[in-house]
Amino acid sequence: MALRPTHELHKRRFSRNLGLGLTLAAFVALVFALTVVKVQRGDPMQGYDHVIQPQALPKGGGG
Amino acid sequence: MSDIGAYQTTTTDPHEAGFGDYVQLLKPRVMSLVVFTALVGLLVAPVSLHPVEAFAAILFIALGAGASGALNMWWDADIDAVMARTARRPVPAGKVQAGEALAVGLALSGISVVMLALATNLVAAALLAFTIFFYAVVYSMWLKRSTPQNIVIGGAAGAFPPMIGWVAATGSVSVEAALMFALIFMWTPPHFWALALFMKADYHTAGVPMLTVTHGRKSTRRHVLAYTLLLVPVAVGAALTQVGGMFTLAVAVALNLWFVIGAVRIWQRDEAVAEADRYAVEKAFFRFSLLYLFLHFAAFLVEAALKPFGLGGW
Repeated sequence: MALRPTHELHKRRFSRNLGLGLTLAAFVALVFALTVVKVQRGDPMQGYDHVIQPQALPKGGGG
Repeated sequence: MSDIGAYQTTTTDPHEAGFGDYVQLLKPRVMSLVVFTALVGLLVAPVSLHPVEAFAAILFIALGAGASGALNMWWDADIDAVMARTARRPVPAGKVQAGEALAVGLALSGISVVMLALATNLVAAALLAFTIFFYAVVYSMWLKRSTPQNIVIGGAAGAFPPMIGWVAATGSVSVEAALMFALIFMWTPPHFWALALFMKADYHTAGVPMLTVTHGRKSTRRHVLAYTLLLVPVAVGAALTQVGGMFTLAVAVALNLWFVIGAVRIWQRDEAVAEADRYAVEKAFFRFSLLYLFLHFAAFLVEAALKPFGLGGW
């Protein structure tokens, strides 16, 4: 019995996988672009980098 | 079990959806109107967004609208199946399982709201979440099958996109955003009742209490005229705000004059006359209603585009 891997069902599956893959890739690209825009504009954000940052401490608080 | 056996098992499933079937769940034609009105709301706002943020905002507003469409298809699969206009939708056509439509709707609702909040602001995201809730729960699950005023109140769901676009840019609601909302809100009843006048059999078969089914066609014709007249001050009022100007006012007056004439013609006709010409006037009014909304929002956009040259606005 000959195998026929290009059955119509496989075409539908391929279209679904391709569509989903491209959608996810576009989503990743959009999130990356949004991040670049927001970082370049200086939106408030600060990551913890294991260094004491006095400006981030509560006012009147000790170290 | 051999590979051949596994292959033979998978080929017996006739209901596996393709990517396009999932896209159809999102009602792409409705999404195109949402994209356009939301884009206008965003572009005519006095605050401008970065193009990437603006693109993301429009994309996620459209995705939210698509999500509510999927939830609507999940809930309304039974009545969609008996109406000729909707029988070929993915769920009643058997291409997508009802549970899948629910999952897609819920997942995209969450993604669109969270991403809109991250891309723009929380107020816009909250409005989008409310819009999805309003369309899926208030309209689809509650009003649609219980009252002939279903599309009057349910029309609010379709009216939110320009307001969300405006809020995405400015962070708050204003008179201009409220009037753009009101424009679509008041336009929806005459638009759908004109459709119901020549598609009555569909709604009757499905048991949906459209005005034509519950109150008859004569009453529906009166309602079309009444709501068209109520639409006039809203449309002219919007043209008198900051998003309007002389050009928008001229467009609004011309469009509303034409729309009122159409509504009067519908009101003056009876069923015998309408049957004789196969609802030509009602169909023309319905087609013009689509153009009416498009041209109104296009006028806002033109007005905003003219402002940098010192031509648009008041």
